[in-house]
Amino acid sequence: MGGTTELTDVTRDEASLRRFLHGLPGVDAVGIEQRSAGLATRSIKKASKLWAIDTAISMVDLTTLEGADTPGKVRTLCAKARQPEPGIPPVAAVCVYPDMVATAKDALGGAAVNIASVATAFPSGRSSLKVKITDTEYAIAAGATEVDMVIDRGAFLSGRYGQVFDEIRTIKAVCGDVHLKVILETGELATYDNVRRASWLGLLAGGDFIKTSTGKVSPAATLPVTNLMLQAVRDWHEVTGQHRGVKPAGGIRTTKDAIRHLVAVREVAGEAWLTPDLFRFGASSLLNDLLMQRRTQLDGHYSGPDYVSVD
Amino acid sequence: MSDRVTVSKTYKLYLGGAFPRSESGRTYPVTDGKGRFLANAAQASRKDLREAVVAARGAFGKWSGATAYNRGQVLYRVAELLEGRREQFADEVAAGEGVPAKRAQALVDAAVDRWVWYAGWTDKIATVLGAANPVAGPYFSFSVPEPTGVVGVLAPQRSSLLGLVSVLAPVLAVGATAVVVTSQDRPLPAITLSEVLATSDVPGGVVNLLTGHTAELAPWLASHADVNALDLTGAPPELRVDLEKSAAGTVKRVLRVPTTEPDWTDRPDIARLRALVETKTVWHPMGV
Repeated sequence: MGGTTELTDVTRDEASLRRFLHGLPGVDAVGIEQRSAGLATRSIKKASKLWAIDTAISMVDLTTLEGADTPGKVRTLCAKARQPEPGIPPVAAVCVYPDMVATAKDALGGAAVNIASVATAFPSGRSSLKVKITDTEYAIAAGATEVDMVIDRGAFLSGRYGQVFDEIRTIKAVCGDVHLKVILETGELATYDNVRRASWLGLLAGGDFIKTSTGKVSPAATLPVTNLMLQAVRDWHEVTGQHRGVKPAGGIRTTKDAIRHLVAVREVAGEAWLTPDLFRFGASSLLNDLLMQRRTQLDGHYSGPDYVSVD
Repeated sequence: MSDRVTVSKTYKLYLGGAFPRSESGRTYPVTDGKGRFLANAAQASRKDLREAVVAARGAFGKWSGATAYNRGQVLYRVAELLEGRREQFADEVAAGEGVPAKRAQALVDAAVDRWVWYAGWTDKIATVLGAANPVAGPYFSFSVPEPTGVVGVLAPQRSSLLGLVSVLAPVLAVGATAVVVTSQDRPLPAITLSEVLATSDVPGGVVNLLTGHTAELAPWLASHADVNALDLTGAPPELRVDLEKSAAGTVKRVLRVPTTEPDWTDRPDIARLRALVETKTVWHPMGV
């Protein structure tokens, strides 16, 4: 895969974009699933496990994206994000709907926690570009430091890659310095080849992160899909020298799942990606399980849900 | 005598309504009193125990929320199924406990009767252990017994069926859920009981039966923060004090049980039912 100059050629027009995306090597579905299953069997114990748990906690984007979200619920979430448990550093970010960003900003009060807001007609992405831009501006004006946008899956699946590319690029321009995560919604992309193409499309268009899912569609984040996306950011780094991040979201509920993902990060992308700047978990119930497992490691006995906050 | 090759079995655990192998992949041979091979049983690990507690906690809401009448019906149905496997249980009890066939048959019958006895208690517990309390004011005051939660049971080591039923049935009758570590050397009747439970109307996860080494599993059960009560009937005597101490660490209810196994054929009382409920008292204004 050539150099940076070739990549600028790729995005010159829709035809070359299509040629590039369809020229990406096809994904060996059996291979990627076997590789993921193989990595998932790796046993992480004792001090390494504790390190993995603490690292995973620092990578959590604590999320609430419900129609029933209230300011009270967001404030509770923020309190937990600032201090998951006494003596534990905060999580990476909270992730809320745009209208809750102001509440979150207020509740976080300058703590070292980012505020991520979903935007661009989340979760379906079915609206006009104008609305999507306004949505993004609204979130940023309210204080969002990260924006999680959804791609137009309808356009992507009907092969209008240029439209998707332009949309991401436009939103990135609106974002400026604000971190942009591009949600591919892999559960709707149907094939691994599509996931690879969408990942590259997101990276080419300037997304700082590529994110698996909205959490509203099942299947959400699966290990093979995360592995594919990790391969994409690794290859991107080889070509351009830039580090881009990956965020699996949805369906990761247990410490075991989280650690399996961390193993994949280490093995597929590399050690440089084992930081909240380049890898995140979009999750809500995962944090409680991480806290319980952490306690199990420290106290020497199993903990229970009665000993963590209800959210 | 046919010349068929004997089909020797390797049993599995009963966990969350399914029959998985031990996560550790271990099994151990079960022999009769004279050391003759009977079957292989799964040797549960602490991780299996952890999964069992998760399953029991998950099943608690539905089972404790069922009406007492419904629980009684479900348990009575289990007794019917036990009756249907009378011969199999008798063979297993005779082989495992080394008692004559007739005595084994009597023990199985007693176990079925014991199950029926506890099934009958489900809708009487509230009446006997609850109360409408007399108060000097314009209020009602009610005390209502509620199931304590997830109960960890170390089943009796010697009495493999009657003893097991005598400690498990009261847990189910009050509406609690159970994680049972079966008799280490005589687990076969417990395994057959799990097959009975799996085909009954008792929801998966309400009863979880783990075969294995009691001394290995007991400390993890006693210290598990999500277990609410502990029955140490089958605990190794030398471990008992330590188990009670670690149970105290997470404020579990520890049943008062004799240090040596009682005669399980004795007429039961409601001590176990009483020990497995928490009393909730509510005040209610009168005449509105």
